[in-house]
Amino acid sequence: MIASLCLAAVVLAALSGVPGLFFPRTSRAGEQLSVAAMLAFGALALFVALRVLLGGGAVELSLPWSVPGGAFEVRIDALSAVFLAPVGLIPALGAVYGRGYWPERDHPHDARQLRFFYGLLTAGMALVVIAANAVLFLVGWEVMALAGYFLVATEDREAKVREAGVVYLAMTRLGSLVLYAMFGTLLAATGGLLLFARSPATVAMRPVFQSAVVLLSLAGFGVKAGLVPLHAWLPPAHGNAPSHVSALMSGVMLKMGIYGIFRVTSLFAAPPLWWGELVLALGIISGLVGVAFALGQHDLKRLLAYHSVENIGIILMGLGLALIGRATGRPALAVLGFAGALFHVWNHALFKSLLFFSAGSVVHQTGTREMDRLGGIAKRMRLTALAFVIGAVAIAGLPPLNGFASELFVYLASLRSVAHPGGPWLVVAFAAPALAMIGALAVACFAKAYGAVFLGEPRSDDAREPRESSAFLLAPMAVLAALCALFGIAPGLVVPMLARAVDAWAPGLSAAAPLASLVPTTAITLGALALLLILGIAALVLRRRPTAMSAPTWACGYSRPVPRAQYTASSFAQQLVVLLRFIVWPRTHRPAIRGLFPSPTDFHSETPDLVLDRAALPLTRRIARAVGSRRVLQGGSIHAYLGYIFAAVIVLLLLFRVGGVLP
Amino acid sequence: MHQLVEALLVSVLVVNFFVLGTSRLNAVIHASAVEGVLLGATLLCLRRDWEALALASGVIVIKGVVIPALLRGAMREVAIRREVEPFVGFTTSLLLGALATGLALLFAGTLPLAPAQAGTLFVPTALATVLTGFLVLTTRRKAISQAVGYLVLENGVFLMGLTLARALPLVVELGVLLDLLMGVLVIGIIINHINRELSSVEMDTAKLSSLQD
Repeated sequence: MIASLCLAAVVLAALSGVPGLFFPRTSRAGEQLSVAAMLAFGALALFVALRVLLGGGAVELSLPWSVPGGAFEVRIDALSAVFLAPVGLIPALGAVYGRGYWPERDHPHDARQLRFFYGLLTAGMALVVIAANAVLFLVGWEVMALAGYFLVATEDREAKVREAGVVYLAMTRLGSLVLYAMFGTLLAATGGLLLFARSPATVAMRPVFQSAVVLLSLAGFGVKAGLVPLHAWLPPAHGNAPSHVSALMSGVMLKMGIYGIFRVTSLFAAPPLWWGELVLALGIISGLVGVAFALGQHDLKRLLAYHSVENIGIILMGLGLALIGRATGRPALAVLGFAGALFHVWNHALFKSLLFFSAGSVVHQTGTREMDRLGGIAKRMRLTALAFVIGAVAIAGLPPLNGFASELFVYLASLRSVAHPGGPWLVVAFAAPALAMIGALAVACFAKAYGAVFLGEPRSDDAREPRESSAFLLAPMAVLAALCALFGIAPGLVVPMLARAVDAWAPGLSAAAPLASLVPTTAITLGALALLLILGIAALVLRRRPTAMSAPTWACGYSRPVPRAQYTASSFAQQLVVLLRFIVWPRTHRPAIRGLFPSPTDFHSETPDLVLDRAALPLTRRIARAVGSRRVLQGGSIHAYLGYIFAAVIVLLLLFRVGGVLP
Repeated sequence: MHQLVEALLVSVLVVNFFVLGTSRLNAVIHASAVEGVLLGATLLCLRRDWEALALASGVIVIKGVVIPALLRGAMREVAIRREVEPFVGFTTSLLLGALATGLALLFAGTLPLAPAQAGTLFVPTALATVLTGFLVLTTRRKAISQAVGYLVLENGVFLMGLTLARALPLVVELGVLLDLLMGVLVIGIIINHINRELSSVEMDTAKLSSLQD
């Protein structure tokens, strides 16, 4: 019953954009219907997820399906439910946001297709988290991956957007290819069982196959999750997609990769130690590289995209610690690490969507994503600025918001992992320092982003006259901000839910080490309340003191300051970028200034992506040049292509004739 | 009954050669319509249940009437009548078609068939029709000729499906029929667009080569 409710919700989401295709462009009905359908989907999905998480038990459903090897089996356990909750919440809020951000009135060419694929992407993701059969899982996966392409390429009139779409498509195809190999290995090793859940057959697999499956899943799901060095598609795609699509992709779609990795690691009963160490190392690298590149960005949305890479790193660090805990027989470590990873999945979905929504609100009003063209927005868009601050504090892992709570779980796990009689391993010893460094750099990065975009004076005419966005944009932000605060102040609320999900991942862990006894939820709540109290008092005191005087921002003793003399985003982050240049490799064009009256000149800096711009694109270009002469075969003639197929059929039949019967 | 089926199958082979050997597009479209009707008749000779009746009437109506009408409509829009300068001349096409039919007979002997079909013309005709369709697709320039090639190819697949009549559910065949109709509709639209964009009277699909990746 509950499972069929969930399936109905999936169908609802998939069809949400369909009516809009048939209404005339002047009619609002299509938009309204799609928002209504997405809200209904969100409510149903959240209801199912919460029911399972609050102790309703796993629900299952199996329908007849005539696909070879496939079975229409749906199963929602606590682990699925943890991921189903953001899949329900964020797309529903995003649909409301999209109503104001991308209305059909302003975008007559692509608003319909955007709504259609938005619904399909959501349905695909929901199917991914509830599927219990590998074929059904892959159906959902492919729907999600392909719908994502059309969403990235919404503004396909622009060359940059098309490029981002192609990079996304190429990488998602590569990821799918690896996933097919992974499921193939699983199928071959377990003998025809395509169930995507722990079974005696998966537990009894030979260790070498188990490791092969885990490695393939890290590669295949890692592409979707944005694991370094497979993150290359993320910055262009998130930068160029409409903001509510970026929010959906960054907040939820990346998590589908994480979900896959979680599922695969739950298939096997006894993970060897090196799995955990590998995942932890990958997490540390992703976290550091992500935040370092974020510091070097000039584009607000690309900056947020690199922070997604960072947060995926934190989630994987939690998983790595949990795997180490399972491998060394320390349930407390496993529970803390995995609960931290799960909690961070939720929190990242909340604050990253909030940040993309508020960034989108700025982009919507100013028409630019370049931080060095913005400035002073907070004076005119107070609510958007407030939303961005809340998101920034949360993502930087500062109390009293939710980012702090989940990062604290991972901190506790990493500290616990070192305190072991056997002595720390190399990777483990670096976990807590790396997390601290990631947090510190994230604070610096958001100080830069907030300072450049919202404070100071407008740097260009784009930022001169923004107006506060409409309620369609503000209401979803308000919901997300409230949830960020709620989870930050009262993490005790989610602890029992997380404990159930931990048990769904590795049965018996919670009984051995109850999560509630491991995390100081009361202390977090009290500390957060005390902090809020102090902040409130400070605000009152400061407001009462009559110190208001009227002067241009950052006048700093100059008699006639101009906006161009402000710190730019780049100059603010320059020191750190130079410190981190062994990771970031910034490229600067710095002209020499000679003489007393130098002629006008310019300075230019950029941070090309380590993988995409420095490795993948040059490599593919070189390959294209190397095989240039052989491309005659692929000349674009339909007739030639059909001829190849024709020849292949004839040759196969001849071979068959010569070779006799098929094997 | 058996002889009737054989006669129908031989007529299918003859129609294949007619498609390969003629340059007038109108005649080619008619030939494909005739082939569709022949297929429906063959199905009726083989089976006399409601399913077969429904499928046969569907095949005859869609392949014999609707699709040819659509193609003639497209042809009227773009005002072309003949296939000129195909990649391979008509005589050569005929020779290649004969070769393909011979190969089909050869291949059919080695396929692991059910005893019911082992000695019949079914599988060779099906293979020959598929190969003919392929030949038309690869050697003709005009979009309409290619659409007909696609139809002939699908006819071959349909014939192959008849030999597996019991195994292949009716729903699948009906689905394929629907696909075919949609395919031809889309081809009709594309033909119009090629005509408008390239403003060439020739409707030459070989000019689409710049559409490569």
